[in-house]
Amino acid sequence: MRFTSVLAAGTAAVLALGLTACGGGGDEGGDGASGETEGATITMLPKNLGNPYFEASTAGAEEAAEELGATVDEVGPDTASPDSQVPFINTAAQQGVSALVISANDPTAIGDALDEARSAGTKVVTFDSDTEPQYRDLFVNQASAEGIADKQLELISDQIGGEGEIAILSASANATNQNAWIAIMEEKLASDYPDIELVETAYGDDDDQTSFDKTAALLQSHPDLKGIVSPTTVGIAAAARYVSTSEYKGKVAVTGLGTPNQMREYVDDGTVEAFALWNPTDLGYLATQAAAALVAGDITGEEGDTFEAGRLGEYTVGADGEVLLGEPFVFDKSNIDDFDF
Amino acid sequence: MRTHARPWWQRALLTREMLTILILVAAWVVASAVVQGFDGPLTITYLVLDVAPVLLIALPMTLIIATGEIDLSVASVVGLSSVTFGLLHQAGFGLWVALPASVLLGAVCGAVNGTLVAYGGLPSLAVTIGSLALYRGLAVGLLGTTAVTDFPESWTDGATENLGESPWPVVTLGLVVLIAVFAVLLHATPFGRNVLDIGRSSEAARFSGVDVKRTLLVLFVLSGAVSALAGVYYTLRYGSARGDNATGMELQVVAAVLLGGVSIFGGRGAIHGVVAGVLLIGVLSSALRLEGVTVNVINIVIGTALVVSVVAPRIAGGLRVRRRPAVGQGS
Repeated sequence: MRFTSVLAAGTAAVLALGLTACGGGGDEGGDGASGETEGATITMLPKNLGNPYFEASTAGAEEAAEELGATVDEVGPDTASPDSQVPFINTAAQQGVSALVISANDPTAIGDALDEARSAGTKVVTFDSDTEPQYRDLFVNQASAEGIADKQLELISDQIGGEGEIAILSASANATNQNAWIAIMEEKLASDYPDIELVETAYGDDDDQTSFDKTAALLQSHPDLKGIVSPTTVGIAAAARYVSTSEYKGKVAVTGLGTPNQMREYVDDGTVEAFALWNPTDLGYLATQAAAALVAGDITGEEGDTFEAGRLGEYTVGADGEVLLGEPFVFDKSNIDDFDF
Repeated sequence: MRTHARPWWQRALLTREMLTILILVAAWVVASAVVQGFDGPLTITYLVLDVAPVLLIALPMTLIIATGEIDLSVASVVGLSSVTFGLLHQAGFGLWVALPASVLLGAVCGAVNGTLVAYGGLPSLAVTIGSLALYRGLAVGLLGTTAVTDFPESWTDGATENLGESPWPVVTLGLVVLIAVFAVLLHATPFGRNVLDIGRSSEAARFSGVDVKRTLLVLFVLSGAVSALAGVYYTLRYGSARGDNATGMELQVVAAVLLGGVSIFGGRGAIHGVVAGVLLIGVLSSALRLEGVTVNVINIVIGTALVVSVVAPRIAGGLRVRRRPAVGQGS
């Protein structure tokens, strides 16, 4: 009856469990030591794992952590759905990490979880995609929405000669960033680019295959299409891949936000003339520097606070706790080989 | 009449359900000892909040799978109920109106499934794959790309706050009540006996006077209503009513039910096993996340546990059947 004795042990374990559960929890981990970042623990929580863009930002975070003597752990869900980050935020709160650097999948759905983490003493810095301002200490913005929208319109307008039909291939229909940019682009198109018509906004869900299929559908349903703007790195690469092997190559312009490594072959083969982005490695680096400044108590996230961000120099906190990385950057044949991310 | 080779208490312990409970306890004990941060009060709070919707939906799902049927539309009902709840709130109705209205809509969704399965004689797998798409489509169509988020704080706090100073969220009370209701329904009423009889043999159940069609309809209506209730909870917990809420949750529910020892072929299953199955998935995910294990590995671990839990009883069953004639107990 060996199995029975295992069961007896199990029953004993249940009883023991009842006792330890009442014993309450240990009080491990950080109540952020002031003025000191040595040994700080930082959790990096991108929208999802396996995304080269966030791999680059995590590399920047690790670079900053090394300079600061802190440690960075990257965790994250496999899909970028609204509630999928909550368990990871909860885990960070349980571990009592010094700071959480997160790119939010949803501006509100993770709010309660962030509140709880902050009340446990964890500093919260959002980067790339923000939450509602009350849920975080700082937002490190890659570029202003206005700047990004302007840059993409400037690029597409140059590439199609200032007139004709264009379409947008976005990420998911709920994506905070993309929706904000698209709204501004629609406004500016109406006021500043009267000869350019936006005929459709399609959603590729930041999935390579879906984006690829949506590109094909756009080109089929709009025979006069002259350009596609894809304000997401997954979308622009999929769109360029489709166009590069189709009859539309050289006839339909593809631009938007992309990464040099993903876009290199399409810039080389002439499918794509130029595209924009910021440097995600710098973004992760700056977000981590900002988190460290919060942990050290150098800043509190108030407007006007200034902090030293290592190799990037000094930054000032703007309205609503925002720190702006800088202007969007345009990549083309002349400079793309200087970058590797 | 077969005489039992073991005393009653051994039979009670040596069940498929006890095995899941045992593994759950073992997982908890090991995690508490080994995983840093697991031993804290937040673990219980987060565990309950995270598993609550899956646990709720798993209760009626247990009964449905015990009849040999399945309801794959549950997560879409969660989404549709979330959107309905949000839209009624936006339209100025009080939440005390929006809540029962959303649950009622869920019951109607369940009734549509149930009618097609029970009275239309269609396979539930096909019917509910269809309604999975239909209800999700309605949910996303109704609210589009927007979300309703301005729920009163008294309600959203209620979905996440704890009972006094304890680590147990208030929703624990509701969960315990519903678990008790479904346990009684399945294990201590004629209705529950009928459910298991249908699972063993729908034909035989009908000949012995069980109203198979009505029983199935009731189960699908229950499933729809409870899924809708989970949808309201989900909405309040994340403070966000969206059409894509809980996408894919049906698979977590079915996984937990099977892990809890319910036979996918029908005829056997118990609520306590399913509760343990749901908690086991929650504990494993929580502990592995604290260990910094990536989400893909977590999925592999849970997927393996599920496959083993489905395959193991078949293998054990096969061995037993082969051994029986030798012992002289051939059926």
